[in-house]
Amino acid sequence: MRFKSGYTLPKEGDMTSMIDMVFQLVCFFMVALNFSEAEVNERVHLPSSELARPPDGPMPLRITLHLMPTGRVILGGEEMSIPGLRRLLILEKQVLDVSDKQRHREATIIIRADTAAMTGRVQELIRQCQEVGFEKFVLRARQEETRLPSTGT
Amino acid sequence: MKIRHSQGGFEEIRLPMTPMIDIIFQLLVFFALTFKIASSEGDFNMKMPLAAPSAGPVDPSQLPPMKVRLTAGPDGELAAIRFGDRALGTDFQRLRQSVVAVVGANPGPGILESAEIELDCDYQLKYEFVIEAITAVSGYVKDGQVVRLVEKIKFAPPRTG
Repeated sequence: MRFKSGYTLPKEGDMTSMIDMVFQLVCFFMVALNFSEAEVNERVHLPSSELARPPDGPMPLRITLHLMPTGRVILGGEEMSIPGLRRLLILEKQVLDVSDKQRHREATIIIRADTAAMTGRVQELIRQCQEVGFEKFVLRARQEETRLPSTGT
Repeated sequence: MKIRHSQGGFEEIRLPMTPMIDIIFQLLVFFALTFKIASSEGDFNMKMPLAAPSAGPVDPSQLPPMKVRLTAGPDGELAAIRFGDRALGTDFQRLRQSVVAVVGANPGPGILESAEIELDCDYQLKYEFVIEAITAVSGYVKDGQVVRLVEKIKFAPPRTG
C-alpha cells in the first residue's frame, strides 16, 4: 500500500461569489426596509382602493391617527378613547404653534381607520380634530393591486 | 546602492476576511428578521367644513353638492345606496355611472373644481363601504391611467349612533 508523503497545505474554497451574494442580499434588505413603521399599526387593517395612490411628496406636518374597530384611537403609540384624544391634540397644536400661531392649520391629520370601524366614529374623530383647530384631513387606504373594471365609458 | 534580490517572487498579502464576513452575516440576519412586506398606501383628501363655518357670499358658479346616502343594516353592512333621490341598490358601479352621468366621463378642471359630493352615512356603517363609495365617486382607472371625476368630497353632519 502506498502512502503519500509530505505535508500538503489546506485548500481554501473560493469565498468571492458567496460574499458577493451576501452583499447583494444586504443591499436588497437595506433598500426594501420600511423606515416609516411609526405610521403603520398592525391592529388596523385598512380598506383597499384601486384609486389609493401614494402621495406625490412627503407631508411636512402630519399627525397619524389609527382608529381600531373597537372605536379606540392610537396616537403616537398611546391608545385612548376618542374624547380622550382631545388632550393630546391640544398638546400637538401647542407644539406646532411655538414658532407660528397658525402653523397647525398646515398640519394634515392622516386617518387610518380599520375596515370594520364604524363610520360614525370616524366622523367623531374628525369632529374632535376640527374642534381643536385642525383643518386638513386625509383618509388612508391600502393600494389595491387588482384593478376593478372601468366604467366602460 | 544595494538592491535586494527577492527570492521566490511576490509575497501574497492576505486580508483578514473573517470579521468582515461575520459582520455582514449579522447585518443580513438583522435585515432578514426585521423585513416586512408592507403594501403601499394612498390617501383621499377630504374637504371637511369647520365646526364653525365662516359666513361668506355663496359663489353662483359653485354647483350644489351631489348627495350620496349610504344606509347600513343592523350589522353595519351596506343596505342601500342613494344618489340624490335615486336608489342604486348596493352596487358601487352604478354609483360611479351616476356620477359620470352628471360630470361627464372625463371632466375638465372647471368641473373638477366645482363638483362636490356629500356623503351621508349611517353611524354604524362599516368604514370599508365609505372608502368604496369614495373610490366610486373619485374616479376610475382606464388603460392604466386614473381618470378623476370628483375631487371635493365631504361628510354630511354625523348621524346619531
